Amino acid sequence: MNILVCIKQVPGTNKVEVDPVTGVLKRDGVDSKMNPYDLYALETALKLKEAHGGSVTVISMGPPQAKQIIMEAFAMGADEGILLSDRKFGGSDVLATSYTLSQGVAQLGKFELILCGKQTTDGDTAQVGPEMAEYLNIPSISNVKKLIEIGDSHITVEMDMANTVEIAKVPYPCLLTVDKDICQPRLPSYVKKMETKNREIKIISFNDLGDQDEKKYGLNGSPTQVQRIFPPEANNHRELWNDAAEDIPEKLFNKIKELKFV
Amino acid sequence: MSKLIIHQDKITNIKEFMAVCPFGALEKNNGRVEVNSACKMCGLCVKKGPAGAAELLKEEQAGIDKSAWNGIAVYVDHVNGDIHPVTYELIGKARELADKVNHKVYCIFMGNKIGDSAAGLLHYGVDEVYVYDYEELDHFKIDAYTAVFEDFINKIKPSSILVGATSVGRQLAPRVAARFRTGLTADCTILDIRENTDLVQIRPAFGGNIMAEIMTPNARPQMATVRYKVMNSPERKAEPAGRIISCKIGRECLESKIDVLGVVEKPKENLIENADVLVVAGRGVRAQEDLKLIKELADLLGGEIACTRPMIEAGWFDAKKQIGLSGRTVRPKLIITCGVSGSVQFAAGMNNSDYIFAINKDEKASIFKIAHYGIVGDLYDILPKLIEKIKVSRRPA
Repeated sequence: MNILVCIKQVPGTNKVEVDPVTGVLKRDGVDSKMNPYDLYALETALKLKEAHGGSVTVISMGPPQAKQIIMEAFAMGADEGILLSDRKFGGSDVLATSYTLSQGVAQLGKFELILCGKQTTDGDTAQVGPEMAEYLNIPSISNVKKLIEIGDSHITVEMDMANTVEIAKVPYPCLLTVDKDICQPRLPSYVKKMETKNREIKIISFNDLGDQDEKKYGLNGSPTQVQRIFPPEANNHRELWNDAAEDIPEKLFNKIKELKFV
Repeated sequence: MSKLIIHQDKITNIKEFMAVCPFGALEKNNGRVEVNSACKMCGLCVKKGPAGAAELLKEEQAGIDKSAWNGIAVYVDHVNGDIHPVTYELIGKARELADKVNHKVYCIFMGNKIGDSAAGLLHYGVDEVYVYDYEELDHFKIDAYTAVFEDFINKIKPSSILVGATSVGRQLAPRVAARFRTGLTADCTILDIRENTDLVQIRPAFGGNIMAEIMTPNARPQMATVRYKVMNSPERKAEPAGRIISCKIGRECLESKIDVLGVVEKPKENLIENADVLVVAGRGVRAQEDLKLIKELADLLGGEIACTRPMIEAGWFDAKKQIGLSGRTVRPKLIITCGVSGSVQFAAGMNNSDYIFAINKDEKASIFKIAHYGIVGDLYDILPKLIEKIKVSRRPA
């Protein structure tokens, strides 16, 4: 089975501050990593390959630095890696990103299965998987928590639905986004890392894509526009109790009582 | 085409200029500063860089006829006709937005044997409920549900669509948005509307300590998802108002590639989303066994315990107990956080709580920015005494 896994490079830390004077974002250098949720998608793909044969290809979209996470995927066992990278992709929102990815996928061979993590830790939208599936015109199932049966033409999965679990059988090709309960990701192997350190990563840029309409990519292809960014508002009503002389537990108890919780 | 142009001669200090970009999208090539594909087009380099160094050339897109799109629609999220409460919250918000621009509030309700449930919606301030009642829609199948949604949008042309950020909503909404090549903003925490019917969508963004105001000025319908317990639920009115419209759709549209073999109920749990009182453990809790302090307080207050992301990573809690962007959104009447620093991701999952109490040793912890009552102190000192006081107060005199 040929499997494609979508991965993304995300900031290594969530500690981002806004300078209160200038309003500029302060980020810790270039520290970045593979989106943790993508590890579950990659592990799922590697397990399927081990059990059923085939290949695992990873695809990412981002700046040239994103090659790092593709190398990491190689060290975990991925066979091939593709990076969609072009200045023309800059400023993409979910729709433009999904479209670019689907155009990139069209340049590759046939895949039975496309796997995504359930969401990223930097955008948290969980939207790119289903939107890509729409552009590829294939069925998709999100929040897959278990693979039940891997058949020749279909795969049967459990989809997590808050209070219920839906058991769904879907034909290939299809796209699944997997939950983190699905497996335990392996660590990158040093041996594999050494073996693959010179492996080529295929770069796909705008000129390689089938649809050459610039209006569909990057900022121009993004219907959503960020109007402004601002630090979150602090709550108006605030009391800070830090007087060492006070009996804090007593004060806390009285306040909770006053609010009728005790 | 919109693009960013760097005027090399206006750059006073290359290093300082490059540092302006939080995404590392400004890079030096052969002594020239260039923009790489990490650019988010946030415009900070234009605003914060030396005057004229970066210029954003925007080309106005051909405007769309916004007057052709009317009404605020709400997707009715349900399982077997059992309506998810986020739906009512969205109806409440839709009503408020619709009244500002003189629009109607619509519901789109698809499923099997849902007639009775649809009637119930008329008590919450809806103008029209569009019902697609078909056997084929018995279970959620993304292709068939998307086809129905498409039919609804083509017929009604709503200006905005609000979808609950549930398991179904979070996959159905993107599929629909892609089909209409329109914008979808996930997990909005604030929604407002401009006079020209542009939806103002605010959400935490870029995975950081930052909020973004997002608009979809050149596409319709505008789509947004909102999590449960972010908006206020409207009061149920005794008298129903509005009407139900039964919709017909070609059976071929309802065909699905997905075969649902069964739906299994998950065992009922004490979900943190439903608790009125939550006591939250953060990294300030030093050992797993100390969680019994947290649990005891929660029990005394008739509540549940919840936790932050590091607690999940440590394996101390089930993931369902996690509050935050990567966990659950909660809106209890009372929340007491113990040793929680208060990252924006955490805060986004609980800052609508009615009363927020925070106990933390670090006076500078960001949790104090959102806590109504911030307590600078050691939870190991405060909790046992508080628990004792509650117990004493309940002893018969």
